[in-house]
This record gives sequence, C-alpha cells and structure tokens, in this order.
Amino acid sequence: MAEKINWKTVFFNPFSKNNPVIVQVLGICSVLAVTAKLEPAIVMGISVIAVLAFSNVIISLIRNTIPTNIRIIVQLVVVAGLVVIVDQLLKAYTYDVSKQLSVFIGLIITNCILMGRLEAFAMANKPWPSFLDGVGNGIGYTIILVIVGFFRELLGSGTLLGYQVIPQWCYDHGYVNNGLMILPPMALIVVGCIIWVHRSINKDLQDE
Amino acid sequence: MNKQSNLYTTIYIVALVLIVGTALATVALSLRSRQQSNIDADKMRQILAAARIVPEKGQVVEDFNKYVTSQAVYNDCGQEIEGADAFTVDVAAQVKLPADKRELPVFTCQTPDGAVKYILPCYGAGLWGPIWGYIAFDADGSTVYGAYFAHQGETPGLGAEIEKPAFSNQFEGKQMFKADRFLPIAVVKAGQKPQGDEDYVDGISGGTVTSKGVGEMLSNSLSPYKSFLESLRTK
Repeated sequence: MAEKINWKTVFFNPFSKNNPVIVQVLGICSVLAVTAKLEPAIVMGISVIAVLAFSNVIISLIRNTIPTNIRIIVQLVVVAGLVVIVDQLLKAYTYDVSKQLSVFIGLIITNCILMGRLEAFAMANKPWPSFLDGVGNGIGYTIILVIVGFFRELLGSGTLLGYQVIPQWCYDHGYVNNGLMILPPMALIVVGCIIWVHRSINKDLQDE
Repeated sequence: MNKQSNLYTTIYIVALVLIVGTALATVALSLRSRQQSNIDADKMRQILAAARIVPEKGQVVEDFNKYVTSQAVYNDCGQEIEGADAFTVDVAAQVKLPADKRELPVFTCQTPDGAVKYILPCYGAGLWGPIWGYIAFDADGSTVYGAYFAHQGETPGLGAEIEKPAFSNQFEGKQMFKADRFLPIAVVKAGQKPQGDEDYVDGISGGTVTSKGVGEMLSNSLSPYKSFLESLRTK
C-alpha cells in the first residue's frame, strides 16, 4: 500500500462517521433480533467484535496466497469456523445467554458487516490495521446494539440487565411497560431515531 | 507459482478446510463435557420449575439433588423398569413409540414443605417446532400441583406465551381423574368447554395451533402413565 494508513482513522471512524449500522446500514437483521434485552445485546456485540477482529487478521495474513476466484469461499470458511467456535464457547460458559441468542450467533456468518470488512479492508491491508478495523467496526456495531437494547429493555420490561429499574410506585400509579418495545418493529424505529439524531449532529452525512 | 491454476486452487481449499475442520473438532471435543453439564442443569431447572421450585443462580444441581428424592422409569403397566436412568431417557424419542413400548420416567420430588410430588415429562409439537414440559402431580396421582412448558421457536407474543406462568399456572389444581375415569386435561379456546367432562384450561388467543399442540402433547405423553397414576390413587 502506497498511502500510509492512519490507525486512528481506521479505529475510530466506524464509531460514528462510518458506523456500520447507522451509516452503512449493515447488520440490521441481528440488531432487530437480539436487542429486546440488554444482556444478549452485549454478548452479541462482544461475539461480533471477536469474530470480526480475528477473521480480519486471518484473512489479512493469508491475503496474498488466496486464489482470486475462490476468495469469497475462503472468507466464508474462515468466518464460519470462527463463528462455530464462538457458539461452542458461549454454550459452554454462558448457556442462558446462548439460549436467548439461539440462531443469531450462527447468523453472524451472514452478517453483512463481516463480508463487507473482509472484502473492503482485510484483503488489501496488513494484519495490524485489519485487526484495528475489525475491532473498530465491531465496537461501532456494539454501540448501536447497546443503545437499542438499553431503551428496549428499559421501556419494554422496566429492567436493565435483568434488574428492576423502574420503581414499584410508578406501576402503582398506573405506569405500564410498553409491550410494543419488545417486538422487532420497535428496534427498527429506535434505530431510525438514532440515525435521525446522528444525521442532525453530523451535517456532512445528510443527503441533498 | 501460478496462483490462479486449478491445481493450486484445489490444494489450497482442501488444506484450508482440513485446518479449519481440525480446529473445530478440537474445540467441540474439549468443550463437550461443560456443555453437557449446562444442558443437564437446564433440564433440572425445568423439572424443579414444575414443582414450583425456583433455584438460585448456580444452585440448580444442588437443589435438584436436595428436592428430587428418587428417579425411576416405569412401563405402561405401572411397573418399574430396573436399572434404567430416568434422567437420560430421551422423551422426544419415547413419545413416538407405541404406548406399550415406552419408557416412562418419573421424578419424585419432596417440596420444601415436605409434600411428595411426582413429576412427569411430556413432549409434543407446536406450530413451528417441538414443545415440551413437565407436570407435577400430588401424591393422589390426580391433582396437578404445577406445570412447566417450554418451546423451541413458537411465535413471540402468541404461541410462545405457553412458557409464561399466566398459562402454566392455570393447570394447578386440575384433576386427571374424573369419577375414576382417566381424562387428560384439555386445552380449549377461551370461553369454550371440551365435549367430555374432563378438566380444561384456556388456550392462548392467536396461538391456536400451539395451544392444540399442548393439549395433544398432554394426552399423548401422559396417557401411558395411566397405570402409574392409578397405582398412586389406590395407595
């Protein structure tokens, strides 16, 4: 690579300016599915960070040996392998959470963020920047997941990480949990609100 | 070396798959015992839930060993099968067999207040996938003490409501024997009554197929226990 890569840009850009969920609009499916509670959202975020970072590094290490015509297959094999390992680890150490996440850990394989980063970044860059890019994008994804999970659990169940947050006297005075927040459509609306706020702050992202 | 040649491509992908395959096999084998103990603990939690015992986090195995005093496997004549392990009986496979070939696990549980309950597993089909549960009976072999239901992938808010206490608590106090006749509890549309005089609970509105599945599961899974329950009644 002729141009020098600024590691700060690589690492921090996906947090906000180039966020995979709210700017590139990738990986929306899992955002809808796992954010009804905060805990699975956090575990899902950590899993994606791990898979993304390691697959980026592995693909980057072998990028010069991969035959061009089977590069997507090679990427898929690496990603699928890592995802199964993460799934097995979750089943062994956090069984309850893995039951809630069920198929969505397996579906990390088809998460567009992964293939997007592998094709766009890891195939053309050295392992260290690729690692940063993977972690950065993973964190960018996790931030959105946690924000959405926070509001959905707080307003939908009145709890955070399973602990009751909204005091009992609110319920005694007629407050009711919003059951709609638990259902997938509200995740889409919350993501929409986040995009709205984000675009209002970052004027350069607004379309003409 | 020509990296685009067929030979290179073939060797490359075979080597890659071998490496990944070995790594996966190693991980799966080394974690298997841990995963199995998690699955067992989850099953114990479900069995205890039927007897209305909710263990603290991490206390499931201890509580199970404390409250479940004995486990036994019966045949459909109500006789105990010697040497069979009730906990490892695969209920999903058993319910597909004809009643006289089934192995019927029974978990005897002593609740904190000293009462003896008999917990029977059941297994059936919902709308999208399997549903299962555990029903705890009082020592008279007829009165339901508690019930626990779970599902794999029923629709949230509709069929999935069977796992909520609002549904399972309805079973408490229902009778399996009516005037000495064995009649499994029916699940009917809210506001309706079954044709026979069996006890019934309200199904879930919008979860008709799942509710019917629960009814069929109870009838199919519990009917072979008739002799066992009758023996409790005459005790």
